[in-house]
This record gives sequence, structure tokens and C-alpha cells, in this order.
Amino acid sequence: MTGTGRIVRGATGIAAVVALSELLAVTGVVPPGFLPPASAVLARAAHLVVDPAFLAQIAATVRAWLTGLAVAVAVGVPAGLLIGGVPAAGAAVRPVLEFLRPIPSVALIPLVSLLLGAGRTTEVTLVAFAATWPVLFNTVYGVQDQDPVPRETLRVFGFGRATVLWLVALPAAAPFIATGVRLAAAVGLILAVGTEILAGFGDGLGVFIAQAQQVVDGTVDVLAGTVCAGVLGLVANAVLAGAERRLFHWHPSQRPLSPRPAAATARAVRR
Amino acid sequence: MLQIDGLGHAYAGHPVLRDVDLTVRRGELVSIVGPSGCGKSTLLRCVAGLTAPARGTIRIDGRPVAGVPGGLAVVFQEYGRSLLPWLTVRDNVALPLRRRGGTRAQRRAAAASALDAVGLAAVAARRPWQLSGGMQQRVAIARALAFRPSLLLMDEPFGSVDAQTREDLEDLLLTVRGPEMTILFVTHDIDESVYVGDRVVVLNGSPAGVVADLPVTLPTRGEQIATREQAEFVRLRAEVGRQVRKA
Repeated sequence: MTGTGRIVRGATGIAAVVALSELLAVTGVVPPGFLPPASAVLARAAHLVVDPAFLAQIAATVRAWLTGLAVAVAVGVPAGLLIGGVPAAGAAVRPVLEFLRPIPSVALIPLVSLLLGAGRTTEVTLVAFAATWPVLFNTVYGVQDQDPVPRETLRVFGFGRATVLWLVALPAAAPFIATGVRLAAAVGLILAVGTEILAGFGDGLGVFIAQAQQVVDGTVDVLAGTVCAGVLGLVANAVLAGAERRLFHWHPSQRPLSPRPAAATARAVRR
Repeated sequence: MLQIDGLGHAYAGHPVLRDVDLTVRRGELVSIVGPSGCGKSTLLRCVAGLTAPARGTIRIDGRPVAGVPGGLAVVFQEYGRSLLPWLTVRDNVALPLRRRGGTRAQRRAAAASALDAVGLAAVAARRPWQLSGGMQQRVAIARALAFRPSLLLMDEPFGSVDAQTREDLEDLLLTVRGPEMTILFVTHDIDESVYVGDRVVVLNGSPAGVVADLPVTLPTRGEQIATREQAEFVRLRAEVGRQVRKA
């Protein structure tokens, strides 16, 4: 499918959903107070995104989100290289990771809030915690799944282990790491907005949504805020996916007419 | 140049090599041939310092091998896997030269001249995966040549290309090998071992040892069909074949 074809089809799907929700509200099948018409929500969202006060809220959320992501990459990539590249380190750390990983990060919001207070530090900490896992695990698998031949070749040419990790293992794992960062961005946004909603005060998109919920007829604002959160996630995903296509054109999953389309990246996603 | 004494190795208690003795002079191209799975690759890995042998010693220029010795280059059978897909052909060839020092410009110049020697100057800016299998293997050869190794290890280097390309690559190797470069050439192809080697060493048995060490004395070299027609070639090929097939 061509790029334009995909965009047209995607837009058609969105238009259909908007039209359906509009229809449900206008015909009164669903009470307007329960589900306001899509036109009202979109109009409100369009109004909000040019409102400096609202943009300041978005900026606060994005700042915490990106800070958390940066921490996750700074922690996850080196740790993943170590765990995936040095078998002894991997064996020692793995049980701890397997215990920590299944804990849903949102379940930690009350605990971290208790420890660090309901503020920016809590939000960044939770985003970083949740976002570290996809980065870390994709790095580990990216390093472990590698063919030993290129590494051994460079070892024979006389490069040390650390240099080989830097020259071969890291670039070869980079497409996996990038997929991990893209997943981490999605999870990080959930945690950023979620923490803000539970905190209920301060700045941020989640705070806006939480406060709108308290107001009579706030449903339009709640939904408009939710749409903005969705758009944030969509934009982040598009930017990161675009960057992956540009940077990793050499990877089998990105090559034109590849015999194994998207195999490697798809595998990373499932894990 | 290379001296192997009483080399023995086992994988998980299963012995693969036993009492291998081999001496290689500087500048010699020694073919190592034997049935598949007989331990040829293990021998090469021991020389490369990638595998520590259970018994015996390996000396290069009198120094015992412990870890990866300096001045080594390899060409593996898996050409498509040993080149780095994110680097251009030129950068792949230039990469090992970082061990040799010099400026980036010097490394690129050395890479360009090695690519020229294997006839790939035109594709220096391409990525390895955009080339055919035979061309990728020539890139791997260029990478080894540019490094100017004192010892070049080749593990079934032409094992996964078609017959015509294989003959071209054999001739290329004979053209580009320098007088100072010692080469260990592992193959399971009897014809090939005689065609490229100054000497053919046959590994056989379980665990494997050296069962024959035959000097190759061919009146003329380097032309595929004429060389393979010579009586001496036919005689050597038969002799190597007998040694390889001997149970």
C-alpha cells in the first residue's frame, strides 16, 4: 500500500468514527450530557490548543514525559548492553527484573506519591520507571539476538570486547532499541497523564482533565483533553517511527523489497 | 611463522582434535582439507585465539598464542553476516584499519586501493547487502587485504557462492596474495585445496589429526581449466581425495 493510500484510508476511518458519534449524540440515542457530539468536542479541542493557559498545561506534561523518557534511555540502554552483552551480569540481574517487570506501573502511583509527594518529581520518576522496561528489554534482546560472526570477525582483527560492543553490538541493536523507545513513549504518556489525574492539582494535561471532571457539564472538556492526549501519543509515535525508517534503512525490516518484511521489529514489539 | 605442537581440543567431552602438529613458513598458503565436522574450523579458531585449546601450543613468530594475536585477519564463509550492514562497503573495509592507527583519510585511501584490487572500486559507496554474494565475499577479502595481516585465516571462504564465482574468487586470491602474507585456507573441497594451496594438509579421523601433508608442485598456476588438466593436479587431487575419504 502506498503512503498516500494509507493516509486516505486512515482519515476515512477517523471520519467514520466521528460521524457515528455525532449521529449518536444528535439523534439522542445517547444523552448529550453523557456523550457530547463529536463536533462540540473537536471544536472545544481546537479552541483549547490556541489557548496559552492550556498550552502551558500541555507543555508541563510534555516536559515531564520527555524528561522521564530521557532518564529511561540513559538507564535502559547501558543496563541492557551490560545484561545482554555480559552473560554473567544477565544471569545475576534477570530474576530481579522478572519480578519487577510484571508490576503495572500505574499501581505504583500511590506508593511513589507517598514517598516523593504529589509533584513533578513523582511524575518524572513514574514515567522513567515505566519507560525503562521496554527500552531495557529491547536492548537486551537486540544485543542477545545478534549474530556472533561480525563480533568475532572484529575480535580477530584485534579489537577488545568493549570496542566490539561499541562498534558492532550497539549499532546492530539500535533498531530494537528504537522500537523500545517508541513503546516507552506510549507507556510514558500513560504514566504522565495518569499521575497528573490522580494528583488532581498543579499543572499538566491530566490535571486539566481531572479538574474538568469536577465541573458541571465538564464532559466536553474531559473529552477535549483526552483527544489532545491521544494526539500527543499519535504525534510521538509518528515522529519516532519516521526517525526509525530514516536511520535504519539498512535493517532488513526497512529495506525495500525485503524478503523478510518487518520480521525483526515485529518480534521486538511482541516481547 | 606458525608452529602448532600437539594441539588437542574437545567440545563437551567429545574430542575433535588430537595431536595436531603443523608448521607453516612465512608467505605460504596452506590448504587445510578434511571431511566436514572433522575440526578444521576448530583448528582455525584456536589459531585465531577465539577458542583456547585443551592441549598443545600454538606459536606465531615464536610467541605462544594467548587471546587474539595481533596482525590477524579472517574471511569467514558467512560473507553476508560478517560485513556490517549499516556501513558502506568502503567503511566496512576501512573499519579494521583503526587498529593500525593513521588518519581517517589514510584509512579511506587504503580501503579504496584494496577495493580496487578486488575490482569493486565502483561500489565503494553502496551497502554490502545491495551486492551479490560473490561481490560481498570480495568485500570481505578486500577488508582482509587492506589490513595487511601477517596471517590470514580463511574458513570455507568460497563455500556459499556458485561454481563460476568460486573459481573467480580462487583466482582473485592467488592474484592478490602478497609474498609476505601467510594464509591458512580451510576448505572441504578437494579440488580447491589443490588449486589454491602451496601445500595441502589433510585432517582426518575422530578425533582428527594430520594424516597427510602434501606439497603442491604445479608447473603453471592461475588458469582454471589448464591447471586442472595437468597430470600433476590430477595426481594430487586423487591423493588428497584418498586421504580425505580414508575412514
